[in-house]
Amino acid sequence: MTPEDTRNILIGIVCVAIAACVPLVFNGYWLSVALTAMMYIALSTSWALFSGPTHYISLASGAFFGIGGYLVATGMSDYNLSFWLMMAVSAVVATVFAGLIGMATLRLSGVYFVIFTLGLAEMIRNMVSWLQNNVLGSRGLYVLTDFTEAHIYWMLLTVSVAVFILGALIARSRLGFAMRIIGNDETVARHVGINTARAKVLLFMTTGFFAAIVGAIIAPRYSYIEPNLVFSPELSFLVVIMALLGGMHRLWGPLLGVIPFTLIWEAISIWIPNFTTLFLGLAFLTIVYFLPNGVVGLLEKLRGGATP
Amino acid sequence: MSSGRTLLDIVGLTKSFGGLVAVNGLSFNVKEREVVGVIGPNGSGKTTVLNLISGAFRPTSGSIHLSGQDITRKPAHHIARTGVARTFQLVRVLPGLSVSDNVMAGAVFGRRRLWRQQARSHAQSLIERVGLHDKHRLPVSSLTYIDQKRVELARALAGDPQILLLDEWLAGLNPSELQTGISLIQSLSEEGRTIVLVEHVMDAIRTLCDRCIVMNSGQLLAEGSPDAVLSDPAVITAYLGDD
Repeated sequence: MTPEDTRNILIGIVCVAIAACVPLVFNGYWLSVALTAMMYIALSTSWALFSGPTHYISLASGAFFGIGGYLVATGMSDYNLSFWLMMAVSAVVATVFAGLIGMATLRLSGVYFVIFTLGLAEMIRNMVSWLQNNVLGSRGLYVLTDFTEAHIYWMLLTVSVAVFILGALIARSRLGFAMRIIGNDETVARHVGINTARAKVLLFMTTGFFAAIVGAIIAPRYSYIEPNLVFSPELSFLVVIMALLGGMHRLWGPLLGVIPFTLIWEAISIWIPNFTTLFLGLAFLTIVYFLPNGVVGLLEKLRGGATP
Repeated sequence: MSSGRTLLDIVGLTKSFGGLVAVNGLSFNVKEREVVGVIGPNGSGKTTVLNLISGAFRPTSGSIHLSGQDITRKPAHHIARTGVARTFQLVRVLPGLSVSDNVMAGAVFGRRRLWRQQARSHAQSLIERVGLHDKHRLPVSSLTYIDQKRVELARALAGDPQILLLDEWLAGLNPSELQTGISLIQSLSEEGRTIVLVEHVMDAIRTLCDRCIVMNSGQLLAEGSPDAVLSDPAVITAYLGDD
């Protein structure tokens, strides 16, 4: 380990320790904001593990998140299964599902992949809604647990830490190096001997896995689950925009996007709730025009370092 | 001239794009330690042949064997690991990576599959081999055209290929760079590398190649020593037209 690695690990430990204390200091409204932020930290960071190096913008986060939330709700409400079991089941289902989508679509390039993932997420939402209403009977699904907001927050913190550790390990591995090459030039990647499809599918599955876990953990917060709530297209867009705002070429980039964005989003939802969609659009434009490399890119520019 | 065992064996290779037959029933082989030039007029299918060997395209029919292994319809990454490395007609470096990482890409994922310190020192030795001694930390985008070509060559060599495919590696170089380039490839050949090169620079062909394959309209027009094929009336007609 280089001195830099040691420094980063120490900074990481301090950040996690501070984050872990949040529920001890805050409760009520601010804890709930922190919980939302923690959810997006896990989602955006894991999303960027795949989309950062490949530049494939996936709008399927909502689908995987929904699988997590919905399976936990169905399992607990209809079959009396335990929360933990359903969380594990949903993670497996989402990972397998992501693998299938990956194998089918990752040869699509650029905009086709974006549209496909968006369409796919919408299709799943409608299918589950239809099943719920016509086959399973339109009963509500309740997720009743003893978890407090603090518990949910700590669980999400654990997931976020896992995402960061995994991300750091991948960055040092052959897989991480392969992804950087793929992001630069996929043709070269294939011709130096990288199985590009396998590498991309693996990371896409990782993204699906974490989104489902987060969806499962969040389910008890909602208590009452219906498909349109958990298979939310808005969530997919928020995950993307926060990662873009932070910057996707560093592991800790999305973190720097999630925190400011969550705060602004909360403020707007309270002050001018009818304008959230407008804000989302404006934020997209602003980021694309003024912060193409996100907050991280801006910081690196200010420090005089070159952005890769 | 070499008389080693056959390394690359191509039989009846055909590739059609819709109605256009780019390569039509081409057969030839390359022996170990041999340098073979693939020449012919523009559009005769030379680059397509390299693309078929390296797996960028899949042949419509025919077969390609490398050291007895069938690589005919294998994906490009598999072919690369079996031992085929290439450069591209329009130089393709990895712009976001340093010179050292560019070359490491070949060392890490090619036939040798080295990692960490081994890969780095292997890459370093090749960077020096192609003449980029003091430039390994630079971003590749800051390099001149010939230096980018050197990076590409070092990356191809880093995978320790059984056969090296050079697609107009010498194109676009000025006269003095050309001399440097030719002697670099010559030194690789003297090391015992097996090389197939597509080239338009006739000086290079004469200096470097043991044997030439001349293509015209996707078919084999002539085969033999550079001097013999370049004075073949059929070859002259293909290049210059009748009269």
